[in-house]
Amino acid sequence: MEKAIEVKGLRKSFKDTEVLKGVDFEVKRGEIFALLGSNGAGKTTAVKILTTLLKPDRGSVTVNGFDVTSNPDHVRQAISLTGQFAAVDEVLTGRENLIMIAKLRYLKSPRLVADDLLRRFGLTDAADRRASTYSGGMRRRLDIALSLVGKPQIIFLDEPTTGLDPEARIEAWKIVKELADGGTTVLLTTQYLEEAEQLADRIAILHEGRIIASGTLSDLKKLFPTAKVEYVEKQPTLEEIFLSIVGKKEAK
Amino acid sequence: METAKNHFFTDISVMLGRSMRHIFRSMDTIITVCITPIAMMLLFVYVLGGAIQTGTDNYVNYLLPGILLMAIASGIAYTAYRLFMDKQRGIFERFHTMPISRSAVLWGHVLTSLVSNAISVLVIILAALIMGFRSSAGILPWLAVAGILALFTLALIWVAAIAGLSAKTMEGASAFSYPLIFLPFISSAFVPTESMPSVVRAFAENQPVTSIVNAIRALLSGQPVGNEIWVALAWCVGILLVAYFFAMRVYKKRV
Repeated sequence: MEKAIEVKGLRKSFKDTEVLKGVDFEVKRGEIFALLGSNGAGKTTAVKILTTLLKPDRGSVTVNGFDVTSNPDHVRQAISLTGQFAAVDEVLTGRENLIMIAKLRYLKSPRLVADDLLRRFGLTDAADRRASTYSGGMRRRLDIALSLVGKPQIIFLDEPTTGLDPEARIEAWKIVKELADGGTTVLLTTQYLEEAEQLADRIAILHEGRIIASGTLSDLKKLFPTAKVEYVEKQPTLEEIFLSIVGKKEAK
Repeated sequence: METAKNHFFTDISVMLGRSMRHIFRSMDTIITVCITPIAMMLLFVYVLGGAIQTGTDNYVNYLLPGILLMAIASGIAYTAYRLFMDKQRGIFERFHTMPISRSAVLWGHVLTSLVSNAISVLVIILAALIMGFRSSAGILPWLAVAGILALFTLALIWVAAIAGLSAKTMEGASAFSYPLIFLPFISSAFVPTESMPSVVRAFAENQPVTSIVNAIRALLSGQPVGNEIWVALAWCVGILLVAYFFAMRVYKKRV
């Protein structure tokens, strides 16, 4: 199976509003695919349909070779979703959260799986604290760790870095890259152009319910007139300044 | 489908373990569902009880059924709250994208509510025993009492599910329980209905709490239960069916 995800003519309306107006795209196995679009473009709706939470009105959606409407259970075996808001159980500790999901995936040794993921995500020290005491970045890390329990082949990340501070965002990027290096297929949605540029092998731009452009970054660049060479004095962005100052502080 | 069905009991026990942790880690829940009803019982027996004419010499015996219903009504408010939080925080979404039984997610909450209410009922009965509650009832009447209370809890759980799953705010999720907690006051739970003015009395005698309280009281004191128990069961089953129907509709639509 070459394709991890195949979406053809996908349509979805809520009452009178048509959110998706015929969406087509494909995601290859092992790649990072970014669905780029502004708020209200339909990204979350598309992800919810792909992860079997919503039913499509029309069109065909195949994930890991199975149709999401007729075979949702097979789809669920292969995927996991990290939604827009960190879906961690705040009353439980980080470790208990991981053990719970491991049990629900019927893994043989939930404790070992939890220990391993806690280590990988730098949460060992906080493992026995309730998730409600975690910072935003830690919570997101736990959230992504929960999605990795049982090693699903396809991971959906709906705006994984929204609401994170710059450091936590870079950390999340690192995790996503490592996932893809390990052969996992990643579909992420984002409204940050830079995020798509940094992470994605291929990008599709979703605008008002349609894919208006898709391809690799260089494909997309070709849509613009050829580059003119201009000499500009490059000013550092505020983010670069912030990160270098913070980095210096930590080095001391 | 197969996998999901085979693991239904694993799934439901994980869900139960999870929500029971929620309960035992929340002081607030324990105080509301156990300590408040016991405090009410103390208040009624040792402060107000002396002035209440019930025609019995043991007011704790008279009072206990109503207190148990109040405790259950306040207990299921937390069921609504927990369902609301799971919906709000995206926990349902996480579970529903996993290859687990969908109904286990909801039934986990139902089971938790039954277990936790059973625990609070037991604690309150123990407190009542210390305060002088005595029953001559044998095993069968006690089982009947347990059955009625379980049915009452189950009926209210589905009412709570409607509220918890359709609420927009946390306050909205538990507000529905206030009238339920108040219902025992306008019933035969604390004073005989004969002492009430006619309009209030008509309401009191025809609302579910009175028939449930009377049935339980009769069972515990070894009196004949008569028609009251059938009226009580009809109320419980009726509420259960209607609430279950609407709760499932909300669940399918919103979650």
